[in-house]
Amino acid sequence: MTLRTSLLRSALSEDALTWLDAAVDRIAADPRAIRQVFPAARRRCGRHRIDDHWTVDDAARAVLLTVVPPADLALELVGLYRHGDRAERRAVLRALDVVDGGAAGLTLVREAINSNDIELIAAALGPFGARALPLPEYRQAVLKCVFNDIPLDRIAGLPQHADAELARMMADFACERVAAGRGVPADIWPIVRAFPAAVALQRATIELDTSSTIPARREAAARALADFTGAC
Amino acid sequence: MRIFDPHIHMTSRTTDDYEAMHAAGVRAVVEPAFWLGQPRTSPETFYDYFDSLVGWEPYRAAQFGIAHHCTIALNPKEANDPRCLPVLDELPRYLAKDRVVAVGEIGYDSMTPAEDEVFARHLQLAVEHELPALVHTPHRDKAAGTRRTLDVVRESGIAPERVVVDHLNELTAAMVLDSGCWAGFSVYPMTKMSEDRMVRILAEHGTDRVLVNSAADWGRSDPLKTRRTGDAMLAGGFTEDDVDKVLWRNPVAFYGQSGRLELDDRDHEDTSEFMGNSIRRGGQ
Repeated sequence: MTLRTSLLRSALSEDALTWLDAAVDRIAADPRAIRQVFPAARRRCGRHRIDDHWTVDDAARAVLLTVVPPADLALELVGLYRHGDRAERRAVLRALDVVDGGAAGLTLVREAINSNDIELIAAALGPFGARALPLPEYRQAVLKCVFNDIPLDRIAGLPQHADAELARMMADFACERVAAGRGVPADIWPIVRAFPAAVALQRATIELDTSSTIPARREAAARALADFTGAC
Repeated sequence: MRIFDPHIHMTSRTTDDYEAMHAAGVRAVVEPAFWLGQPRTSPETFYDYFDSLVGWEPYRAAQFGIAHHCTIALNPKEANDPRCLPVLDELPRYLAKDRVVAVGEIGYDSMTPAEDEVFARHLQLAVEHELPALVHTPHRDKAAGTRRTLDVVRESGIAPERVVVDHLNELTAAMVLDSGCWAGFSVYPMTKMSEDRMVRILAEHGTDRVLVNSAADWGRSDPLKTRRTGDAMLAGGFTEDDVDKVLWRNPVAFYGQSGRLELDDRDHEDTSEFMGNSIRRGGQ
């Protein structure tokens, strides 16, 4: 029994456990049964949090997907996502860290990142997404997280996938925010600071902005520069 | 006055409507899947529509303190178009979802053989998914259409108390209530039913198994007709408890048969943005 399954079992009521076992049996007998039990899992099993990563509904739905034979998995994943509500879609994306979604999984990760739904973007950028996405797409997705105020500690792949190009993109983003007189999300700075050569130009730009005639821009530049140098 | 509008097409309404509804006392709605004024011609556009009924619209409603649920079906008008029929094969996926509280709107539009078959099939789906059914009655030839509707309901084997037959009037109310089904009334600015006529019907037939809705949609309609009916009931001598029964407890009792009403949804996680598209514009 995996850690996740044992966690889930300890979190479920007796009724929910009975339901989940029956649902697993139904899928084992006919993989298409997942189309009926997957949507029902949230109200049958609950939605509360088990640990830092899993909620009951996501974990229960992941367990159901582990029962689908590999030959049917891509078809069912795509169908569950296409016809899923938000919680179901999030569960499909989370499950990609547990089942082998292959090329279909990558397609769903891309669709989720394209959606702008912050819950789905964060779920798409789990270990599977971070591993499967080509680096240029991964960088764009990370930047999209920053744009949408998704904390970067909610996504996988950092800092190991951070590189000079990602640092450059983050620093350019900081320049834009400063020019607009707006704040810069704090979690970009460790990446920016790790590649000083790649962001020298942006640093100089922000230094210039500290003497802007526009008060909001001047203040934003001062704050950003302190973060840039790690002075605060 | 707390109000549950058991039939309203919020997809077609604005955020001003949501605000006005909340101010009038509306705290819960059911949005039935129906047609959109202009015909759809392929299954995929239905899936996008269903997607909004189970995702986007509940999110929008939650911003205004209103609990949103829906019913899912291939409506009778579009069931006449063979290009749309593949939707039927995917309905079981949607009928399994949270917040899907009935099969609907189903029933007759022009009473064609295709509509007969699709109506019966939907009632079977309701039985299989342990869901109530919301049945629309035709605008034209209503009395005959309602009789035929009740025949099909009877033959299907679904329990009558799990069926609401909607858009009734003075000539169709009695036969529906006598059948054991719930009676739905859509109070409209000009056509189906007015609030004063509604009060007379309640005086004649009582408040048991009666649902009052605005059925507001993309046509000329008023999402506050539920409230206006409540006010007209009070002016007509009904008590506040009568109003609460008709406008809140009755819809809760009917749709509660699904086991999927979520009326106190404080842990709803969607408080910030949906698809990057915040309707609470004005923030950052």
